[in-house]
Amino acid sequence: MADTLVEVQKQEIHGQDHEHHDQGFVSKYIFSTDHKIIGMQYMFTGMLMAVIGGYMAYVFRMQLAFPGISVPGFGQVSPGEYNSLITNHGSIMIFWVAMPVLIAAFGNFLIPLMIGADDMVFPRINRLSFQVFFISSVVLLISLFVEGGGFGGAWTSYPPLSANADYNQTQLGASLWLIAVALEFVAFLLGGINFITTLMNSRAPGMKAYDIPMVCWMIVIASILFMLSVGPLLAGAVMLLFDQTLNTGFYDPARGGDPILWQHLFWFFGHPEVYVVLLPAIGITVEVMATFSRKKLFGYKLVLYTAVATGVLSFFVWAHHQFIAGIDPRMANVFTVTTLLISVPIAEMLFVMIATLYGGSITLTTPMLWALSFLAEFLIGGVTGIFLGASGADIYFHDTYFVLAHFHYTFFPIAIIGTFCAFTYWFPKMFGKMMNETLGKIHFWGTIIPFNFIFIPLFVLGMGGQHRRIYNFEHFPEIAGPEYFQLREIATIALLIMLAFQAVFFFNVVMSWWKGEDAGKNPWKANTLEWTTDSPAPHGNWPVEDLPTVYRGPYEYGHPDREEDYWPQNLPG
Amino acid sequence: MSAKPATQLTAPRPSKLKPAIPSGVLGVLIFIFTEIMFFSGLISAHTIVKSQAAGQMWPPYGQPRLPVGETALNSLALLVSGVVLVFTWFAFKRDPERARIPLLISIALGLVFVGFQGVEWVALLSEGLTMQSSAYGGFFYLIVGSHAIHAVGALIALIWAYDRSSKGRLTSTQLGTVSAFWYFVVLVWPVLYWQVYL
Ligand code: HEM
Ligand SMILES: [Cu+2]
Repeated sequence: MADTLVEVQKQEIHGQDHEHHDQGFVSKYIFSTDHKIIGMQYMFTGMLMAVIGGYMAYVFRMQLAFPGISVPGFGQVSPGEYNSLITNHGSIMIFWVAMPVLIAAFGNFLIPLMIGADDMVFPRINRLSFQVFFISSVVLLISLFVEGGGFGGAWTSYPPLSANADYNQTQLGASLWLIAVALEFVAFLLGGINFITTLMNSRAPGMKAYDIPMVCWMIVIASILFMLSVGPLLAGAVMLLFDQTLNTGFYDPARGGDPILWQHLFWFFGHPEVYVVLLPAIGITVEVMATFSRKKLFGYKLVLYTAVATGVLSFFVWAHHQFIAGIDPRMANVFTVTTLLISVPIAEMLFVMIATLYGGSITLTTPMLWALSFLAEFLIGGVTGIFLGASGADIYFHDTYFVLAHFHYTFFPIAIIGTFCAFTYWFPKMFGKMMNETLGKIHFWGTIIPFNFIFIPLFVLGMGGQHRRIYNFEHFPEIAGPEYFQLREIATIALLIMLAFQAVFFFNVVMSWWKGEDAGKNPWKANTLEWTTDSPAPHGNWPVEDLPTVYRGPYEYGHPDREEDYWPQNLPG
Repeated sequence: MSAKPATQLTAPRPSKLKPAIPSGVLGVLIFIFTEIMFFSGLISAHTIVKSQAAGQMWPPYGQPRLPVGETALNSLALLVSGVVLVFTWFAFKRDPERARIPLLISIALGLVFVGFQGVEWVALLSEGLTMQSSAYGGFFYLIVGSHAIHAVGALIALIWAYDRSSKGRLTSTQLGTVSAFWYFVVLVWPVLYWQVYL
């Protein structure tokens, strides 16, 4: 605590006389305080974790479709390993992929560049944030290999299963998992303080609140949501850790505690968390859509206020995850209403996207394809959420594959489509090279089509009453008729195809980075400030004497009084 | 698309933004918001478990009572420390030299508070109240302990500020930042006292 304070002080001094001297490799790329480098560190760590999370999905999907086989590259899956794989797959994808890539990587890379600042306000806190994040990833990976194996109590980690080693059989794995998650939260607290403060205090001269590019707003609103919701979960996590290690009884009903308490603390964070990752993805998508339809973003203020409203509402829906946990039915009614209400602003944002596209001159570049597919796929996720939000229907759907398919139709567009959209759009700025469009499109279709083939069958399975988190359906013939096996096999084969197509992406990145066409400053003819500096941007982003000044909003495309169809924010006239 | 121009074609060069709150203070304020939520989480967990206690017995049978009176007195030391820090701020505004003595008094009172809390803990432990003895004990040490950790952290920051001021290098943003955190520690305490002790 005190250290953080001291850091804050140091930063202030540091911020005033920014050093711009030459640095060696280690201080430039490993211990850098440059926001762009820290963004890359977050991105590559996140992508590496995504590969690990994807590998886990491969292993347990193989087990589900072909129970008992020896999975190539893993071997036979035991029940304990299966539980540990699904638990860590979920945790990794949400906490070590979606959050670091969407918020930390793009937040770090984009916010200073898009608001015309030379760096974050607290560069050293920023570096500390990544270091803590990196340690958290290492702790999580270690937890998989300790005695007893990795934690297997699901990413939601409900007690009493998670609180007591007699039940979960993973004394060390459970505690390490919890410590890793807590450390990751600390990393994001440090990052979030930076994002919010930087957006408030470091904007270029002339950049008023409504001139800020939407993606920056979204990342900052998401950070605020995170900061407001994570406290109770950290409190709950401390209690859970004490139950695990000090033998306290906070969640043990036999000793006066309450296991449902954890569910409240977890979901009070957990639901805002889904908007924490959703909002940046929406920001990325609208940015790309405006650029490639050469149109002004429809209803800038509307989107902004809607995001804030969604954020506020998201604190009042958490119990829709607990409809059948024995909560008071009258409370379930209230939470049904708030849950249905929150789909209104979400729907509105999708309509805003459609209105932005309407009548535009659309170019179907790879980033634009990703943006359009976000709209199409997320829609399915949102619509199925409404079924689950109705407490009556949820009694039937809860903990089935329907829920699983629902949140994959939300999370996949957010974490995977959103990331690819942003990555392909800003790649020229990050590396100074253009990506190969043909390979980009092959990768796009090779990802999107199999994705639907994985999860539509799972909707059907869920409606048929199949539960999630079951190791081997052959053990439960009454909930898993043989007719369902085919659907499971389709899902698994589609996953294999999708994973195979990711090779195209990595090949494309390496080849484009190495021999791609030079991008120049502004390959997409976009308006926002990051496109006014060199690609890749130098340390300090712009020459010190030449930081940009802002004269208008970020989406002035197709202005009738101008010859060019775009009008960068920094041009005086 | 709209026919009228969205913005004027030529604009005067805008001037540099003036932050409403200095960045250091803003950073700590955001951090404090998170902390408030952290303590709210602890308090609501405590309230829920308390309301479900078997036979509405709180503290449960066989557990010692908390020293309500002594702690009230001790709380007073903490509150006075916070008030003195307010004076420190105004003294600093007039003359940074004059802020040293009140800052020192504030730190000393804070140390008294933390010290007496420690003494109280030792007594309670010997009376059989531990983290494992009951949910009551668990929450007591959890909540009061979390506060104590924050108090110690904030005191270290205050001592750091004192050290800088004796070298004449303390800036007003630094003092503001550190004070904001100490005010937080002082102001959550009455809430915790009310919830846990009364
Ligand atoms: C239109 C808005 C949405 C509504 C109405 C909605 C509704 C729901 C409901 C009621 C459940 C609980 C189902 C059950 O466990 O029985 C649920 C589960 C879930 N939702 Fe959504 N949701 C929405 C959007 C989202 C978004 C945007 C995300 C992610 C970014 C998301 C992620 C999840 C996750 C991860 C779960 C499952 C958690 C678990 O049990 O492991 N949802 N949703
Ligand atoms: Cu939810």
